[in-house]
Amino acid sequence: MKITSRLRQAVIVLGLAGIGFSACAQIDINRVTGPGGEKPILLSLSGLSGEAAQVLQFDLYVQGFAFTDAEAAQYLIAGSSNGDLQVRVTDRFNKSTLLAKAYSGASLRCQAHKFCDDFLAALDRKGIGQTKIAFKAANGRDSEIYIADFDGYNAQAATKDGALVAAPCWVPGRLALYYTSYKLNHADIFYHDLATGARKTFARYGGSNMSPAVSPDGGKVAMILSKDGWIDLYVANADGGDLKRLTKSPQDESSPCWSPDGQWICFAAKEREHRALCKVPATGGPLQTIPTGGLPSPTEPDWSPDGKLIAFTVQYRDFQIAVVPAGGGTAATLVEGEDPSWSPNSRTLIFTRRQGGQNVLSLLDVPTKQVKDVPRISGSSNSQPSWAK
Amino acid sequence: MKLTRFTNLMALGLVLTVAVVGCKKHPQSVTPLPGSRTGNPVDVGPGGIINPGAESMVKPGEPVGIASNPAGSHQGWAENAAVFKSDTVYFAFDSSAVKASEKSKVAAVADYLKANFAEAVRIEGNCDERGTAEYNRALGERRALALREDLIKLGIDAGRTDTISYGFDRPVETGHNEAAWSKNRRGNFVLLSPPK
Repeated sequence: MKITSRLRQAVIVLGLAGIGFSACAQIDINRVTGPGGEKPILLSLSGLSGEAAQVLQFDLYVQGFAFTDAEAAQYLIAGSSNGDLQVRVTDRFNKSTLLAKAYSGASLRCQAHKFCDDFLAALDRKGIGQTKIAFKAANGRDSEIYIADFDGYNAQAATKDGALVAAPCWVPGRLALYYTSYKLNHADIFYHDLATGARKTFARYGGSNMSPAVSPDGGKVAMILSKDGWIDLYVANADGGDLKRLTKSPQDESSPCWSPDGQWICFAAKEREHRALCKVPATGGPLQTIPTGGLPSPTEPDWSPDGKLIAFTVQYRDFQIAVVPAGGGTAATLVEGEDPSWSPNSRTLIFTRRQGGQNVLSLLDVPTKQVKDVPRISGSSNSQPSWAK
Repeated sequence: MKLTRFTNLMALGLVLTVAVVGCKKHPQSVTPLPGSRTGNPVDVGPGGIINPGAESMVKPGEPVGIASNPAGSHQGWAENAAVFKSDTVYFAFDSSAVKASEKSKVAAVADYLKANFAEAVRIEGNCDERGTAEYNRALGERRALALREDLIKLGIDAGRTDTISYGFDRPVETGHNEAAWSKNRRGNFVLLSPPK
């Protein structure tokens, strides 16, 4: 009898503890803002003008900052950009100098990008100011692969084939790409060493060779092939050897990407007549669905380098960029657009936005949902961005 | 007599040999088999058909596609899209099923290829703009493969059929409405003729 009442007490205490715990959890959920819910950090800018000021405003806006008056800003950025860039950043809240820097050499643009990275480093963050992108620039029937700074400047054509190209993908840590090219009158995957210009056909199997995705260690390439008469996901070594079929289904698979630990390949598939994001062990094995909260037709997944989120495209009447925890769960729809690619620091996305008949590349700071378009290659439609990592 | 003794010895040897061989059939010598003796006896269904058990060791053959031609199978062959211009097959939104109304076009292509046995065909799958780029590239290929399967069913050798997908990159109509989209969701046939 005594034991029973003690047990009952214990159960009540545990129960109360449980309620207490869940209440705390609720508060935590409310406090931690999900993607798109963060407020930008306010800055003021003085003394800088022209290109340097433009670069600063662009770089910092797409990394979660916004510009305002000196009275409202947390950080005051002051300096000069006549000739070389000199900048001082003051933290207005604790009235201290956060950073004082002077730059020489390279272009003013480069100096401004470098300053933005230095500023972020002072805030214990990693900047994107000196990163590169690859993308497709279509002009009429034909298209070429371009390389540019992440903000679209210093664009250079990597191909001049006058053929259709698609889906460029960087080799991590190297100046090299894989992409689909129709140059040989066939949809083949090429490997392209950008430093030497050397190219080779990486996958030229029967049917179409599509959507290459390089593993984080650069050792493997996942891709979509139809060589066996169906459209399936395959993986091969970076030199094309040891080809392995990972799916075997008459349904289509598309746009593979890798988990940052290289263990999983995530892709868009059709499972039990429903479109879904799926993942499969990179060495082969059973498919797993990644729940995305029932958002319609998820495609084009890209796994963040920190492993936390998968960005993807949702199709309503138009396309929306969404993110979901990598293990699946509640997905957040962020902005109109498609085909997202993560920045190396897992914060900003570059994606494609349809604008009338043309496409533009756009940058999205995921925590604040701040968006800015990237200047387009003149006369062309830009799409399928891949952010170098 | 000596010979007889020898014959007797031979006969004895033969008997012994048989006896030794025969030992293997001895009921007391049991050959153990792996696995425990559990589970129900095999159920022999009506007509003497054995119903497969739940833990069948036999896996049914996996479905497979028909392998595509190696790339460059018809490299250097002359291309002629005009021959099959009126045979372009149109698809429903986000579908690779060949509609009943389009089957006669595939049959016309098959008939042409049967009459011109030296020639081959390239099947080009295309999509409308409603879909993401690489999703549509896969969908276009699936449309081309569906048409290829129909040609094969109609007796065309798989080796005479190449497929390619252009996704949404080769629209015939550039409008952003159903009138344009319905024209862009298509499979084109291009006649390939061997170099002379």
